[in-house]
Amino acid sequence: MKVDRRSFLGLGLGAAAGIAVSPVGIKLTDDSAIWSQNWPWTPVPVDGEVSYENSVCSLCPGSCGISVRKIGDRPVKIEGRSEYPVNDGGACLHGIAGLQYLYDPARVKTPLKKNGDKFEEISWDDAITLVAGKLADLRKKGSPEKLACIADKEQGSVSGLFKRLLKTFGSPNFYTMPSLESYLEVTAAALHGEGKTIAFDLENASFVLSFGAGIIEGWGSPVSCFKANASRKERHAKLYQIEPRLSNTAANADKWIPIKPGTEADLALGLCAVILKNNLFNSTATANFRGGINKLAAMLQKNYAPSRTAEITGIKAADIEKIATVFAKAKMPVAVFGKGRGDGAQSLKELAAIHTLNCLVGNINKKGGAFVRSKMTYLEFPDESMDSIADAGVAKTKVGRYMNQVIEKVNASSQPVVEALFVYNANPCYSLHDTKSVKQAFKKIPFVVSFSSFLDETAKEADIILPSHTFTERLEDVPSGAGLAKAVVGLTKPVTEPVFNTKNTGDTVISIAKALKGSIAQSFEWESYDECLEGVASEIWDSLSEDGFAVISEGAPSGSAPVNISYIAGNPATVQMQGDYDLTLIPIDNMRLISAGVAASPFAIKTVSDRVLKNTDIVVEINPLTARGLEDGGTATLTTPIGSARVMVNFNEGMMPGVIGMVEGLGHTLNSKNMSNKYVSNKGVNVNDLIGPVIESGSGLDAAFGIKAKISKA
Amino acid sequence: MSEIENKAENGSMESAGECAAGDTKDDKGLGLGVIFFIVAFVACFLSGTLLFPKLLYSKKEQPFNFDHALHVGETGDCETCHSLREDGSFSGIPKLETCLDCHAEDPMGETEDEAVFVEEYVTQEKEVPWYVYSRQPDCVFFSHAAHTQDSGMDCVTCHGHIGESTSLKPYEENRITGYSRDIWGKNIFGIKKHSWDRMKMDDCAACHKKETGHQGYCFQCHK
Repeated sequence: MKVDRRSFLGLGLGAAAGIAVSPVGIKLTDDSAIWSQNWPWTPVPVDGEVSYENSVCSLCPGSCGISVRKIGDRPVKIEGRSEYPVNDGGACLHGIAGLQYLYDPARVKTPLKKNGDKFEEISWDDAITLVAGKLADLRKKGSPEKLACIADKEQGSVSGLFKRLLKTFGSPNFYTMPSLESYLEVTAAALHGEGKTIAFDLENASFVLSFGAGIIEGWGSPVSCFKANASRKERHAKLYQIEPRLSNTAANADKWIPIKPGTEADLALGLCAVILKNNLFNSTATANFRGGINKLAAMLQKNYAPSRTAEITGIKAADIEKIATVFAKAKMPVAVFGKGRGDGAQSLKELAAIHTLNCLVGNINKKGGAFVRSKMTYLEFPDESMDSIADAGVAKTKVGRYMNQVIEKVNASSQPVVEALFVYNANPCYSLHDTKSVKQAFKKIPFVVSFSSFLDETAKEADIILPSHTFTERLEDVPSGAGLAKAVVGLTKPVTEPVFNTKNTGDTVISIAKALKGSIAQSFEWESYDECLEGVASEIWDSLSEDGFAVISEGAPSGSAPVNISYIAGNPATVQMQGDYDLTLIPIDNMRLISAGVAASPFAIKTVSDRVLKNTDIVVEINPLTARGLEDGGTATLTTPIGSARVMVNFNEGMMPGVIGMVEGLGHTLNSKNMSNKYVSNKGVNVNDLIGPVIESGSGLDAAFGIKAKISKA
Repeated sequence: MSEIENKAENGSMESAGECAAGDTKDDKGLGLGVIFFIVAFVACFLSGTLLFPKLLYSKKEQPFNFDHALHVGETGDCETCHSLREDGSFSGIPKLETCLDCHAEDPMGETEDEAVFVEEYVTQEKEVPWYVYSRQPDCVFFSHAAHTQDSGMDCVTCHGHIGESTSLKPYEENRITGYSRDIWGKNIFGIKKHSWDRMKMDDCAACHKKETGHQGYCFQCHK
């Protein structure tokens, strides 16, 4: 017998038949099907018990109650908390995407110290020792007042701890970023006296006269405003929106009144003039005015008669008379100020002029009107122990009234005006006007300490970063503000273990104070921030810890508020724009983006229309009448006295001729070598790179509502 | 006839003669081919049936032995440890926290396994990384509550008599899918004698067909 190729054929066929009859084929087919549907590199969420934890969102001043859905120990979803006094179950897109901040690739994962152009990791102990050492040197030199701090807000216990640290250290230089709340306080101080704030009862008002307030664009407490706006039709309430652009709020309003940018104060005073002239004011209310009602009336008749106001504002005189009449005769009218989100540049003249309308029609502390109440004082810190250096330091004058003045002085001086700066929950290198000069000032400050959770524009300029927990990892009291009719304090609670080596900034401040020893350490005798919060908020702690919130006041405050109209009767000068180009560039607001502080989440950025952001190009809005030589959808170069940028053009007949609108909240640069958030970085342009500050004389506020600009085909 | 034609004729004759001789040899070759076929068939069939499962599955030992019978004796049922949560979802393999309800303090008993459990997991507060015999791919939704509570099925119907076992069998992990051998069943042909021998989709469908009259729709489980 000879083995030949047929034998091998038999062998092959036999092997094939044997395999075919065996379970190998069917089993491997089944297994490969399962394998291909469960790729090993596809992350599979771990299963576990479902639970919900209540907390408060602190991404914006809205302070909404949230309910965090967890699987096991892992938070997986944020929803609005039902029956929470601010938002009652509602949530905005930033809030529901809040967990993306937890895993942000640009998060600062451990304390960092700058060495040359690079950041190096450093331990918490070394970082605290380093900061305390630098601060101690400042005290030794006898200039403790050269330590400054900028935080997002005045209220709250963490800001309270920073203020306490500065005071016991010996510095009066505590600053906050401009916010709607800060403007409300400034306005209240101008018309009603110090220590007060203003709120608007939008839920009950029958007629809302909004001077550019983006009621559904993120103004105030956004979800609360959405709800108030949504119920407007049922309540038969009216909304008149005064602004140069047909925003979503304007489109949703009963009437859109286009106005020349920056003339809102003039219109408000024009309306006051009509109300006074036609005896439409509430005489009971005006009887108690101090500061000269007759002087005001005379000034208004002279400068703001309808025909004159019409010339300034571009609104017809007849319309001005009509608006004033409708407003004054409405049952529960309220005039709302704070252009856009209310946290951008504002002039006191405008804020006070608009609020004077509320005072004249007598809606102060009435249902559906404007509420004037004392600032919340639910925190009670024990007395500080001060040494002589601290006493001498705090007695010195502040570098400036507001942060923009500090920046100006730092840049102007050859000597260091500020030697050390703390930055908490604020991003001035992104949100203040003329970011280039802000960054320049930061470079001139010898020692900048950032407490940021992210490597944002300001943290990049810091010498040391002591990273903070994000709002889903930390405990903190969150006072509502931002014009909300109710005064509520919420409690942000950790819903997960910290993802990285970060700390609650309250704890970090206490550690720094303890490392400074002496009277400073004596003023910070708490073991932890948790213990401190429970102690200083003891008045409301039971309700804060059990319910997650405490309502401080609800409904119209009792009694009337004193009104002093001398500031407005003095007819302060209107702020003029910088530059001499033909067009005006104004920032515009979009609910899908965040203008101050943190950048919008990747999820939120994805929802932005390509009429706002096209790939990585920012799209500016311009009226076709103004856009001669430009193409709709084409690229152009936008130039202002501060800088220039490549933009795309969107023809929009809802934008007033002569005005260019650029959205706020784009152009973030959360990128560095190892920790880039590519989902939000380098998309579009930061409008604050193109607008410079204009300081209003008297108030000291940056009141640059826009800037002169030109645009040409790129 | 030309020379060339002669050559051609001779050539064809020769080749024809070779062909005839080859036919006789072919018969023998075919016989050997059949033998080779049978040998290869048997060898491959046996390898596919006996050797293949050994290659496909890797045996893994559980972190330590667990005596189900003992625990069922103490607690009286399965649900004490494998409970349904308030929302109806199934807790699956108990977390350490559940074990600690009873094993909170000193070791219970003197077995080596108890010592391992206490030293390596309880004191270090680590979850026990059990291999789960019944774990299904993540693309399948399954509600224990609907089957046990609403339809009154016993755990045994799908999970067999594991509650009566005193030791845990080795976990056999499918090297391709990563799931347990128990899903396909111990029998590599997929032949089953009991309802708990296999946990494939066809088994769900067959039971649903029998009990409800319809095998169900895709989206009911693959959501």
